[in-house]
Amino acid sequence: MDLLDNLALGFSTAFLVQNVLYCFVGVLLGTAVGVLPGIGPTATVAMLLPITFSFEPVTALIMLAGIYYGAQYGGSTTAILINLPGESSAAVTALDGHEMARQGRAGPALAAAAIGSFIAGTVATVVLAVAAPPLAEVALKFGPAEYFSLVLLGLVVSIALARGSALKALAMIALGILFGTVGQDIYTGAPRFVFDQRELYGGIDFVSVAVGMFGVAEILRNLENEHTRTAIVSKVKNLWPTAEDRRRIIGPIARGTGLGSALGVLPGGGHVLASFTSYAVEKRISKRKQEFGRGAIEGVAGPESANNAAAQTSFIPLLTLGLPAHPVMALMVGAFIVHGITPGPNVINDEPALFWGLIASMWIGNVLLVLLNLPLIGMWVRMLRIPYAVLFPMIILFAAIGTYSLSFNAFDVYAIAFFGILGYVLIKCGCEPAPLLLGFVLGPLLEENLRRALIISRGDATVFFTRPISVALLIVAVLFLVVSVLPTISRRREEVFAEDD
Amino acid sequence: MRRTRAATIAAIGVLSLVAACSDNGGGASGGGNAGSNYPDQNITIVVPFSAGGPTDTVTRMIADPMAKKLGGKVVVQNVEGAGGTVGAGEVARAEPDGYTVLMHHIGMSTAPALYADLGYKPLEDFEMVGLVTEVPMTIVAKKDFQPATLQDLVTYVKANASKVTLANAGIGAASHLCGLLFQTATGTKLQEVPYEGTGPALTDLVGGQVDFMCDQTTNTSGQIAAGKVKAYAVTTPERVKSLPDLPTTAEAGLPNLQVSVWHGLYVPKGTPADVVQKLTEALKVALADQAVVDQMAKLGTAPVSAEDATPEAHRAKLEEQLATWAKVIGDAGVKAS
Repeated sequence: MDLLDNLALGFSTAFLVQNVLYCFVGVLLGTAVGVLPGIGPTATVAMLLPITFSFEPVTALIMLAGIYYGAQYGGSTTAILINLPGESSAAVTALDGHEMARQGRAGPALAAAAIGSFIAGTVATVVLAVAAPPLAEVALKFGPAEYFSLVLLGLVVSIALARGSALKALAMIALGILFGTVGQDIYTGAPRFVFDQRELYGGIDFVSVAVGMFGVAEILRNLENEHTRTAIVSKVKNLWPTAEDRRRIIGPIARGTGLGSALGVLPGGGHVLASFTSYAVEKRISKRKQEFGRGAIEGVAGPESANNAAAQTSFIPLLTLGLPAHPVMALMVGAFIVHGITPGPNVINDEPALFWGLIASMWIGNVLLVLLNLPLIGMWVRMLRIPYAVLFPMIILFAAIGTYSLSFNAFDVYAIAFFGILGYVLIKCGCEPAPLLLGFVLGPLLEENLRRALIISRGDATVFFTRPISVALLIVAVLFLVVSVLPTISRRREEVFAEDD
Repeated sequence: MRRTRAATIAAIGVLSLVAACSDNGGGASGGGNAGSNYPDQNITIVVPFSAGGPTDTVTRMIADPMAKKLGGKVVVQNVEGAGGTVGAGEVARAEPDGYTVLMHHIGMSTAPALYADLGYKPLEDFEMVGLVTEVPMTIVAKKDFQPATLQDLVTYVKANASKVTLANAGIGAASHLCGLLFQTATGTKLQEVPYEGTGPALTDLVGGQVDFMCDQTTNTSGQIAAGKVKAYAVTTPERVKSLPDLPTTAEAGLPNLQVSVWHGLYVPKGTPADVVQKLTEALKVALADQAVVDQMAKLGTAPVSAEDATPEAHRAKLEEQLATWAKVIGDAGVKAS
């Protein structure tokens, strides 16, 4: 059994004292930066990269990887507690997670996220160990045409993110796509919507949009409410998931894990789609559709599992092909290079201890994360009882510092204020920030791949229909549109009238 | 004098703030009498590209040995954006006291031709400290691309100019410049396919979605060694140690395709001469450091010679490159903004 030998090698490497220690340091730091609004894993890895130059290569990579998936864990905590997602994936968690927190059920929400993430992380690690090379080959079959169709499918599916009107959700997606086009066009260099501001040439940062639209807008909304002005919740119902909760999260965790593992492999944005798709699927098949957006535990467990599974499997292109799927992976390529390991397909054969050690460490890291996070739930929940007059200035302060530290650009901080006010106005108009955020993340991917596919095909649009994977994805998108959107538009309209917030 | 000696892991957020503050602090103290007690505060090397990239990696390699020689602390700060022009512009406007240093690559010489409204002039707004390294580039194609040698490739692209796709990592990227030079050298006009960064471009090349590209050995040598891409030539006068079987462009019959990603250190114009001299000396010491030589070898490159790590050689290189790229980019009609 090659696999067992390899895993034995991996665990013998990963269980070395310094590797377990730095794995712990990595996931601890990851959790910390995930929890702190604004500061993301990319900035953290970038800052810590030089420190790892003196480590053994495998130790360095174990720690850096730990920061990455640890941050996925931590990111859900602030999304649930204070509606402040630090990464695009956590934005979905905020939808139902924060609603649960407002209802005094932050504990079960955090527990569902932690348990889901652990199961997903474990399964995805096995996937990584068993099937990394063949999956990487599949990922390579995805060219620009396939990514375009995949992203289009993602956008169609995401209409399900909306609580109310599908039309408003579509409008928000369109607005998000427009915000995503700000900056220099990568094909022609033409500046778009920059209004002669040099700072806008690089585009608007995701963190500014997320912190503003979700966090700041939420604060503004809370401040107008007499009840939440004193504290987010006055009484906490229960700390742990009830038997009913536990029963309800099994299915979403299983499906989220599967979806996340599959989508995470795709380097061109698959991991971005994982949590959105999981949410849409759960809402679609749930018997309690009306609960989604109002504190459905499925809407936390599914996306969190998907997001964590994708975080693990997105290492597949990096480890088997040396091709980074995420800015953090690109930094890890830098770490490989500094340690004299040429990233590429040969790493798996030339450095088996490193390859398998890193994979084994991910499982250890997931165990450490659960041990770290479950006991913290009580503490996090108590945080919700901090007087709001103390809590909200701190949230804004941390968000501003975190965002500023991304690129030392004061402009990003102004952008938080802009998107905060915009988010508040939109909430008042009954428009929701989640579809906008998805449009913002996926819009540039959609455009980039559409244009790239057409450049390569010399303007021949049939390329989307002649490539088998692409056409299959488009058919699914059309089916989804027909099956789900058309009949629900009328139903949703009734819901909108029934909605009071 | 040095207030913070130990950088602790716990201080991640603080660390970055310190970097930012020291930058401003340098500005506030005024640059008049930096002279003899230089450095008495942190020196910031601005890297105008993302952390973990080749330029960032090279900078971090030399930062420590330079700090040791200077007897101060050197902080690396990434100021990304617009092909490196954001970071370069920031340093051009910084206080000329030697506490704000810029590490920039070939992009310093291409930006004036690419950007209409640059906001700084490479030769007039900076003092050169010295060259650092020249990273070779390789011409690589998808595995099953028909041409077998560089000569074949030239013949093939001439005959199939309307079909061939040439990938690059975005406007102004080294791969884009090398691609332009390839088209100039072969007298062809090919369909360029821009990507956002080297990673995605290389992914599509390995996946066979695009035909060929030209990129730094740092990025391509792993894929070449594993046989995932087909390699034609390396674009430097000499072969690369890590790829001994790969001919140079001159050997393979395209002698006028010579390009490397050269790196240099800059300080703002008006920095006192003795401060520049101290930086140049520190750079020379860092480049002679065996650890730096070893680390660069792993990148498929080497430090420049001691004669090239001087302001004079650096200025000559920049002047020559500015002229070359003004012509190549002007002829191609490329504009980044």
